[in-house]
Amino acid sequence: MYYKNKSYRTFYYFNIALLIIVSILCIMPMLHILAVSFSGKSAAESNLVTFFPIDFNMESYARTFENPNFLNAIQTSVFRAIIGTLFGMAVTIMAAFSLSRSRVDFKARTFYIWFFLFIMIFDAGLVPNYLLIEKVGLINSFWALILPGLVNVWNMILMMNFFRALPKELDEAAIVDGASTFRILFSVYLPVSLPAIATISLFTMIGHWNSWFDGMLYMRSQEQWPLATLLQTIVVVQDFSKTGITPEDLELLSNRSVKAAQIFIAMLPILVVYPFLQRFFVKGIVLGAVKE
Amino acid sequence: MKNTHIITSTAQSSTARIRRIPFQKTWRLHVLLLPAVVLALVFKYAPMPGIIMAFQDFKPWLGIEGSPWVGWDNFKLMFTLNGTMQVIWNTLLISVLKIIFGLVVPVLFALLLNEVRNMGLKRSIQTMVYLPHFMSWVILGGILLDLLSIDGIVNRFLSFLNIDPVMFLGDGTWFRVTVIVSDLWKEFGFSAIVFLAALSGINPDLYEAAEIDGAGRLQQTIHITLPSLMPIMVVVFTLSLGSMLNANFDQIYNLINPLVLKEGDIIDTFVFRSFQDGQYSLATTVGLFKSLVGFILISGGYYIAYKWANYRIF
Repeated sequence: MYYKNKSYRTFYYFNIALLIIVSILCIMPMLHILAVSFSGKSAAESNLVTFFPIDFNMESYARTFENPNFLNAIQTSVFRAIIGTLFGMAVTIMAAFSLSRSRVDFKARTFYIWFFLFIMIFDAGLVPNYLLIEKVGLINSFWALILPGLVNVWNMILMMNFFRALPKELDEAAIVDGASTFRILFSVYLPVSLPAIATISLFTMIGHWNSWFDGMLYMRSQEQWPLATLLQTIVVVQDFSKTGITPEDLELLSNRSVKAAQIFIAMLPILVVYPFLQRFFVKGIVLGAVKE
Repeated sequence: MKNTHIITSTAQSSTARIRRIPFQKTWRLHVLLLPAVVLALVFKYAPMPGIIMAFQDFKPWLGIEGSPWVGWDNFKLMFTLNGTMQVIWNTLLISVLKIIFGLVVPVLFALLLNEVRNMGLKRSIQTMVYLPHFMSWVILGGILLDLLSIDGIVNRFLSFLNIDPVMFLGDGTWFRVTVIVSDLWKEFGFSAIVFLAALSGINPDLYEAAEIDGAGRLQQTIHITLPSLMPIMVVVFTLSLGSMLNANFDQIYNLINPLVLKEGDIIDTFVFRSFQDGQYSLATTVGLFKSLVGFILISGGYYIAYKWANYRIF
């Protein structure tokens, strides 16, 4: 066998070493941020922290959670993730079910497919989209963060392809038993599609949690911003007036560790759902991406 | 009544006939599609007429109905302004390099990971390399600004190696390198999933036969693995051509600063800045240009992927 060969064995150990280094490089920046967020002022300020906290303390987190702006933003983000995902999945599943019918059963299918495909490949652009949101009166409304994203054509296609891969006998049996279209969707398709639904839901949820640009574009007042938008102004624009840290605090705290703590808080929900996601997503992605 | 009719008619027919039962009435299918159709009409189709702003000198207080028409002037302006040509060039350069590295590196990574036979190790590596994909560019932008600053941890490491500090985000050329490498770092693992799936689908008999013929692992890779990956590589490449004018707004917007505006500005950041400056018509024109080119590239990409690799998304 080739793997008993000496030169292959040399390659093999080199390869494993390389892959381990590469994977550590992928999580090192996050570990560094975590370490900085728990470090004391002098160490963080003079940049001595690498991957372990120096002068361990949790002041940055304590201060961050005392800031009403930040709590508000977390609340908005949680709401939008939950509501956006629930509504989005409902819209996606219903549409995908209809689109998964064969052309023989559902003559209008081809029309609908092109109707949705077109919005996936052509976008009106930033200014027309903004003016529309203004026209329908959604500026400064929470729903501006939800409604435009509810139709996600890519998710619809993933879901549709999953439905189409289910055995035809399932709905034939249901039809013979006299089940209506709605009954077939809710009592036959939904229960067997839970893994796919879970995967797409988690992706949608993470998308909502991470989404920052719509908040910046459509929300004029800072109190309504989701966490990602607030974070953007803190860590990227470096507008520290929004961290909620007073000059007195800065005698004990470094801006750097406060920033790190807020970045880490924004990462946390993703890290929490990540293990669940991993169980499913490989299957889900492949399902939609490579359809022969 | 209807149900009894179906049951009696199927009871008499063979199983082959059951396949042809009409799927009841289709109005329910239209109802299920209704929310998606309404939302798409309101939020995706309704803005489309707005692209006529590209042919106007649009003033928000006059609206689309009242703004004066200027014909192709905005397009002429776009192609003569030095700034916009630079922006289009930056976009092309950054996105083409991203596309090339974004194909080669994930394939290489998938090939190398495929050699790991210890499943626990393989899974741990996958867990770590997929993680950055799920982080937003706000988070990663914040992290990179800290890591790559002049006194950041990367430059401290370089000075430990006696290398002069590098202005990763403050020098035009380094900015482009940083943008491409950090995008690669974020996405290479996740992009490799599709290749790993294709690798696990290769018939093991092929390797066994090659083994008997005395082929080493490298020869097996060249003569079996790579040809088997070719179709999916063609698909991924042609589909990624669609993003040729899409150099990633989220990433660039969160990393760019005035020092590197000339080398780092891309179409989307330019559009957003023009919009903020109130140049609605110019922003719409450049955006429309991007959408049209994207439309052609994406449909072309799907067509080629369908013709060459029999890839279909629906």
